[in-house]
Amino acid sequence: MVSKLIIPIFILIIVFYGFIKKVDIYDSFLNGAKEGLITCFNIFPSILAMVFAVNIFLESNFLNTAFSFLLPVLSKFNLPLDIIPMALLRPISGTASLSIMNDIFTNYGPDSFVGLLASTIQGSTDTTIYVLALYFSSIKVTKIKHALYNGLFADLIGITASFIVVSLLF
Amino acid sequence: MVAFIWAFLIIVGVVFSLLSGNVISLNDTILTSANSGLKMMMDLLPIIVLWTGIMKIAEDSGMLNKISKFLYPLLSKLFPCVPKDNPALGYIASNIAANAMGLGSAATPFGLKAMNELQKINLQKDTATEPMITFLILNTSGVTIVPTTTIALRLMHGSVNPESIIITSLIATFCSSFAGLVLDYFIRRKNNGI
Repeated sequence: MVSKLIIPIFILIIVFYGFIKKVDIYDSFLNGAKEGLITCFNIFPSILAMVFAVNIFLESNFLNTAFSFLLPVLSKFNLPLDIIPMALLRPISGTASLSIMNDIFTNYGPDSFVGLLASTIQGSTDTTIYVLALYFSSIKVTKIKHALYNGLFADLIGITASFIVVSLLF
Repeated sequence: MVAFIWAFLIIVGVVFSLLSGNVISLNDTILTSANSGLKMMMDLLPIIVLWTGIMKIAEDSGMLNKISKFLYPLLSKLFPCVPKDNPALGYIASNIAANAMGLGSAATPFGLKAMNELQKINLQKDTATEPMITFLILNTSGVTIVPTTTIALRLMHGSVNPESIIITSLIATFCSSFAGLVLDYFIRRKNNGI
């Protein structure tokens, strides 16, 4: 419920503060919105490029096949196997990992161990590759140095931590 | 680097589809993916335009500057190269705050603006700067306090306690952000030859 109050109050404070500071708030809004439109214009090609490549990759079922080769190795570690495709997809596509989580909820229930683990992973990491591509291409930066592997490293730690925490708490 | 990821996704996707005889669905995917890209943009566009408008008011009234100054003691540790009253710090703070509250879509415009401001103080326009990378590590390791989408989905599937994952997500998020920042810190130190 509290989260429903944040946006209205945030907007109220900004508009009220701008008003008492005698800023032409309407003019400011229009200028900012115009900037936003230019941003959209600039990021659209990279969004299209990313959606295109990600869709081809997902459609090929490469991950599922690669995963079936890994299966004998992973089963030795006593891991819940349904979680692996979701963990692998999480950095690439938010929608894809969300739909796998939805399947896990349908098959095992949201309060099962796998369900809780999926929820925690979904809530604790972000679509690293997608965000990097979007943010860097919006300002036309092509040399991103250690951003990618550092981000993926953080995701890996996040997924490992999710597994440990959920095992300990539930 | 982005080019490498892009090439990897397309080459692996196409070659693997051809090998596994998936040509028809691959064709469909290629033809419809431009449309999915446009649809995604259509979802994003009104939110970006609205929030950049709102945030421009905060910038012009000096509110964003105040937030930047207030958070400077904390943010200066993470972003030592960004000047004190740079609006980038205000946008970074807004982005992280919006992400933390689970308002992912509202966070994107702030993040794009932050990158834009950081690019203004970048001397090599085609190369990422240290503050950009630190910011994106913080952003992609997902500092989420209330994962709204996940909770909504859990509720929909009849979870007895949909909010039970807040605490586990918080701990996992903390671990990933912390690990990301530590690695970033050591890489920066090594690059600067200290």
